[in-house]
Amino acid sequence: MRDLLKFITCGSVDDGKSTLIGHLLYDSKLIYADQARALELDSKVGSRGGAIDYSLLLDGLTAEREQGITIDVAYRYFTTERRSFIVADTPGHEEYTRNMAVGASFADLAVILVDASKGLLPQTRRHARICALVGIRSFVFAVNKMDLVGYSEQAFRSIEAQVGDLARELGLEHVALIPVSATEGDNVTTASANTPWYDGLPLLGYLETVDADTGSRGQGFYLPVQRVSRPDHTFRGFQGQVEADQVSVGDELTVLPSGERAHVRSILVAGSPAERAGFGDPVTIQLDREVDVSRGCVLERDAGLKVASSVLATVLWMDDRPLEPGRDFYVLLGTREIPGVLTSILYAIDVNTGGRSKASSLSKNEIAVVQLAFTEPIVVDEFKRHRTMGELILIDRVSNATSACGVVERVDDQDARGGDADSHLRMVLKGHAGITVEFPLAGEGAPGADGDAFTVDEVKDVEHRLVAQGLDAYLYQPGPGSHPAEVVAHLNRAGVTVLLAVSPQARDALPRRSDNLVFRDWQGGGGRDPAAIADYVRRMSAADAAAGQGAAL
Amino acid sequence: MTDRQGQADERPLTHEEEMENIRADIARRPDAERSPHLDALEAESIYIIREVAAQCERPVMLYSIGKDSSVMLHLALKAFYPEKPPFPFLHVNTTWKFHEMIEFRDRVMRRYGLELIEHINREGLAAGINPFDNGSAYTDIMKTQALRQALRQGGFTAAFGGGRRDEEKSRAKERIFSFRNAQQAWDPKNQRPEMWKLYNAHINKGESIRVFPISNWTEKDIWLYIRQENIDIVPLYFAAPRPVVERDGQLIMVDDDRFRFLPGERPQTRSVRFRTLGCYPLTGATESTADTLDAIIDETLAAVESERTTRVIDKDGGSASMERRKLEGYF
Repeated sequence: MRDLLKFITCGSVDDGKSTLIGHLLYDSKLIYADQARALELDSKVGSRGGAIDYSLLLDGLTAEREQGITIDVAYRYFTTERRSFIVADTPGHEEYTRNMAVGASFADLAVILVDASKGLLPQTRRHARICALVGIRSFVFAVNKMDLVGYSEQAFRSIEAQVGDLARELGLEHVALIPVSATEGDNVTTASANTPWYDGLPLLGYLETVDADTGSRGQGFYLPVQRVSRPDHTFRGFQGQVEADQVSVGDELTVLPSGERAHVRSILVAGSPAERAGFGDPVTIQLDREVDVSRGCVLERDAGLKVASSVLATVLWMDDRPLEPGRDFYVLLGTREIPGVLTSILYAIDVNTGGRSKASSLSKNEIAVVQLAFTEPIVVDEFKRHRTMGELILIDRVSNATSACGVVERVDDQDARGGDADSHLRMVLKGHAGITVEFPLAGEGAPGADGDAFTVDEVKDVEHRLVAQGLDAYLYQPGPGSHPAEVVAHLNRAGVTVLLAVSPQARDALPRRSDNLVFRDWQGGGGRDPAAIADYVRRMSAADAAAGQGAAL
Repeated sequence: MTDRQGQADERPLTHEEEMENIRADIARRPDAERSPHLDALEAESIYIIREVAAQCERPVMLYSIGKDSSVMLHLALKAFYPEKPPFPFLHVNTTWKFHEMIEFRDRVMRRYGLELIEHINREGLAAGINPFDNGSAYTDIMKTQALRQALRQGGFTAAFGGGRRDEEKSRAKERIFSFRNAQQAWDPKNQRPEMWKLYNAHINKGESIRVFPISNWTEKDIWLYIRQENIDIVPLYFAAPRPVVERDGQLIMVDDDRFRFLPGERPQTRSVRFRTLGCYPLTGATESTADTLDAIIDETLAAVESERTTRVIDKDGGSASMERRKLEGYF
């Protein structure tokens, strides 16, 4: 039985996407006769003066035909003897990037058009980056308009080099390049005599045979619950789609987030009883005992999904209104919708260079890594581990718009002692790490006798200077019977730099070094000058943040 | 199919009989008899239908009695069994549907015990609006306005429709969850991004959603699925000798005595079938002898005319007419 390839065409405006797909359909006789007739009629008033303008086949909306651009994604369906295809033809204009992202999230493979005479444009890189972001792993770069560069191999090779650089930067593993002319039909459905130096397949032949890498669905079985079905008191079933692996009657499943366990009593696949269900099946599952399950819960076996109330995610901002941190949203993730806050923008990613920069707000079509916090712990996982549990959208609570889409990069570990937020995040937010610097105090009764020792007032002076410079510093002098190791660990995790003033008597009670404590010898720099010591502490804290190894990590 | 028609007596069925009919009709074919491609389409559609039931306050499924509606209904039965679909079915009746469609509708609704809401634009009917005299105004009043009335009166926040993206150019660009403002108009320039299968169903008061669960099915997929699942469809899809007149290159069936003949027109009996079903004076028949599903599928695979050619309304107003009607609230 023929299989199905879902692919997207994208690239910068005027790179010829609609023309390419129109030509693909036309050449392959894949369009119905009356659509072809309408196309010829439309062409008479179109831009190519009587010649067939293949893009008219795809640009369906009146506004698009008038402007000569594609503003929204168009889905086309065609079948060859080898394969069925659904192609999402997407807009090239930067203004409509979000519509391009819609098409990308639907596809298993991206055909990215490059104008041979222009090379990779910012929009080409943006599209490749967004395709990679939403999970596409197989790419074809169709180097178009080869007729305009005289079918020059040199022009093709130079673009090949640019694509190679981009693929390395984005970590793309499956990349092909094909020289084509969408208007003339070179290497679209048949190999072209104009490119004797190209010995690969034409585009259609490639698409018919490529084994698109759709990635791993993740380890173990999981099923996000869409809906609980209770037609009467005898039946309580959980409806949803199997997202990975398979499930059989009798399997023991865990209900997340509660962690309760139960066995599968019965399975319906699309309404019919079955012994087992596999990946992609729409199922209704009955469990053998009453457990608390509602929409948004996940049934799993050996998947190792996480439960957390905060994640780091890469998001594409899609709203006309700019994003400022602190905004609250409804977050839809899996089948769970929950209020949440975008607490901070860690950094923005330049769509062209991939460079990172600080950002205090995001405009439409910008990409950034952000921190999201939910009002309660939800079932979630990293996108690269379990796709469906790592895909999310942010819904504006007033306009109801889908303001952003994103993928989970990291799930913040729960810390029973220290709360849900993650010390790494705090560190990034504050720009400095919580470290501990030990200041030995002089022994009682002999102030100044110990050459290395400090007085409490000297340490206070350092503290005041640091706080004035914006560093969260705290002078802590453990009293008798206190637990300095634990106190210091908590303060560090909270992002506070501790100036630990320790008398000789108390010093013996301190553990010297542990995973949770980073002691610093003040002697490393600064001598006894409070300003120099403060400067030293600040630099050490910032260095830890930069090295990503803050205290208590 | 014999036993389905065998229940034609008017005795109301018990709940158990209705559930047994559903169970029997949706029973899954063995793996070897199913297409993986259709399995994937089926799973996607069921996911969408369940999302609406889970997220939307007051959904309704439009039931137009055609083959796409029959497939959508079948998917809804599969999505919820052993529960019945947790929403009513709405038929906007222009009063000019083929009589066989209405018989079929009533038979199906009874067989499964589903809640049918029939809506007729009473003002339009009282004003004598009809497809012979009123042309495009007829479509607007008896279909577009009637649908808007029905959705408003029912307070429906989401309506499933059987639209497919391969039908027509502007439908190719419509989202699966497609939003309508308080005037029930579509804004094609500002469609909500639809990522992965995360469907944002939030709306403000007065707004509503059209949901197209079979967006990604092609006409061929529909026919292959009808064959695979043995889904009952209106007999008009199968070729039979029927009385037709030829008018403007279309074969129009004379379905009742309201038909208005033009001078010189006389009904001829020809072997025809219908690729789409709607109001009989506006639906062109195709000459065909395909009286089995296999024969229909063979014809469809060889089709050189896409299906909407036989709907007269699409030609009214040039190539942008469907988009324009949707802006106005046509489904």
